[in-house]
Amino acid sequence: MKETTISDTASRRPAPAARGGRPRRRKLTFDRVTFFLAFLGVPLAIFVLFVLYPFVQAIFWAMTDWRGFSPDYEFVGLDNFTKMFQDDVFMKALRNIAILAVCVPLVTLTLALGVAVAVTLGGPSRGPVRGIKGASFYRIVSFFPYVVPAIIVGLVWAQMYDPNAGLVNGILTGLGLDGFDKFAWLGETASAMPSLMFVIVWGLVGFYAVLFIAAIKGVPAELYEAARIDGAGRLRMTLSVTLPSIRDTVQTGYIYLGIAALDSFVYVQAMLPGGGPNNSTLTISQRLFNVAFAKQQFGLATAMGVVLAVVTLVFAALVFLVNRLTGGGEGEGRKKAPGAKARRGAVKGGAR
Amino acid sequence: MSAIVADREQTTDRKPARDRKLTRAAASSDRRFAVISHTLLILWSVIVIVPMLWVLVSSFKSTSEILSSPFKLPKRWRFENYAHAWTDANIGKYFLNSVIIVVSALVLVMLLGAMCAYVLARFEFPGRRLIYYVMLAGLTFPVFLAIVPLFFQLQNFGLLNTRPGLVLTYVAFALPFTMFFLYSFFRSLPHDVYEAALIDGAGDWRAFFQVMLPMAKPGMAAVAIFNFLGLWNQFLLPVALNTDQDKWVLTQGMSAYASSQVYDIDYGGLFAAIVVTVVPVLIVYIIFQRRIAGSVSQGTFR
Repeated sequence: MKETTISDTASRRPAPAARGGRPRRRKLTFDRVTFFLAFLGVPLAIFVLFVLYPFVQAIFWAMTDWRGFSPDYEFVGLDNFTKMFQDDVFMKALRNIAILAVCVPLVTLTLALGVAVAVTLGGPSRGPVRGIKGASFYRIVSFFPYVVPAIIVGLVWAQMYDPNAGLVNGILTGLGLDGFDKFAWLGETASAMPSLMFVIVWGLVGFYAVLFIAAIKGVPAELYEAARIDGAGRLRMTLSVTLPSIRDTVQTGYIYLGIAALDSFVYVQAMLPGGGPNNSTLTISQRLFNVAFAKQQFGLATAMGVVLAVVTLVFAALVFLVNRLTGGGEGEGRKKAPGAKARRGAVKGGAR
Repeated sequence: MSAIVADREQTTDRKPARDRKLTRAAASSDRRFAVISHTLLILWSVIVIVPMLWVLVSSFKSTSEILSSPFKLPKRWRFENYAHAWTDANIGKYFLNSVIIVVSALVLVMLLGAMCAYVLARFEFPGRRLIYYVMLAGLTFPVFLAIVPLFFQLQNFGLLNTRPGLVLTYVAFALPFTMFFLYSFFRSLPHDVYEAALIDGAGDWRAFFQVMLPMAKPGMAAVAIFNFLGLWNQFLLPVALNTDQDKWVLTQGMSAYASSQVYDIDYGGLFAAIVVTVVPVLIVYIIFQRRIAGSVSQGTFR
């Protein structure tokens, strides 16, 4: 593709400096060739070799019975997929990640919104609209868990949930709830999944709170002033001004979080490496990892990866659809690409 | 709490009359709102801080103390737990590995990401949009789909279980995010400065390194922080692609240390290792937290 640019610019004389327009095409020089090779060629080569090519390969390997260390494999078509969907354990994992993808973003975003609204709008009702007292302290603290490596979050909470020496049971029995003495949070089918979800939420709320705080600060102050003149209280403002204004950020957050929850490999590996009681917290990522690196069934494992990718895409599409159907997005191809808005902003900035 | 809040204060200071329009009902609901906000935030802060404090206190205890009286302060503060974790459990070695690998990957991905973003953002050439969208797709696909082929890809290149192999993989997977974040940044830089540099006789290389890159510094800093957090916390890639114990990174070492606890219990050491892993990043965060809060809004997220 570069060559075509080069060939039609090569014959031209350097163009006179265009006035504030788009970048001009200049004569092909040694400088320019090495520039393109290094600036576009090197990053692209790395990306293609280590990201793109493996993704493409995966789709092929998913249709083989390849076991990795011998070069022989048979093309088995969709056998891996039928095998998976007849496997109860796999179906359970699929159900588990569906639950995770629905619940984790819902709880995390609600909490994060609560924190963000309180920090930006929760202040006294006299005077300007402002944040609650100690807002920056709360902002810093709520981001803490995101800074802690996820594996450590998992390990710490595995200790917190420990039936005998864990802090959770210690506090609960200390409050007089003797039923929780020696209660195994991660060992009971009923409590393992909610306990796991709580930890994921704990680890991620801070990041989304910061994201929403930034979004709320981007809402024009006049909107709040107008709402104030109309006699709206804080709650009314949150529901009628803040939420509609940051709708797109919420949608993006839902997708990012859903993808994280569909995977959740680190957390389950740290807390429930065996898949939980009765496989109640087994995830596809965990299953995939074992099938690949413990059982060496690489064909089957990549097929699981394909299913995970499809589930991810379906999930993202659903979030878009729901947002669109409930009146978000405002048509006009506004969210075609994450950069779209920034690009429009840049255009505006350039026009000034 | 930035300029926007200040702006609001200014606009309302000029018109204090507005406050009087506040209805009684709204005022009382505001009060309730404030009480609920405070309660929520305090509760959440406690839920965040208490586990961390518990880990910190436990890291100074003996194993028997942790098991028998998990909620009391230690009788004697055992600083030797840290020494044990650092040397016996190899946390020191893994820490060093993490630093080497993450710093190399970070420098490389920032450089390559900025270069790629710069070319895509400021040059017109056929295939530009295609490259942009292919990288966008690379950002949304789960790493798990690629993990098995990636394993053999690295094996073919002789890069499996090597530091350069892991660094390159980190770079490759952090590249799209870096590119998208910086793309909008380079897009917004004024064109005149670039023109001026060219008129002064700078080539493309010099225009980038001496003019455009320094101008992109704020964006670079923000991306660097997020990349650092992401790479430092990376778990799946090293676990799958870096199985040589001498080259383990911190997250791997911690995971192995925790699972070895089942047989060879040294909880004090485990908690000390956790503290060692978390504290440096926490310090970095506290220093840069304002920048993080400010930068999120300009990224690819909106």
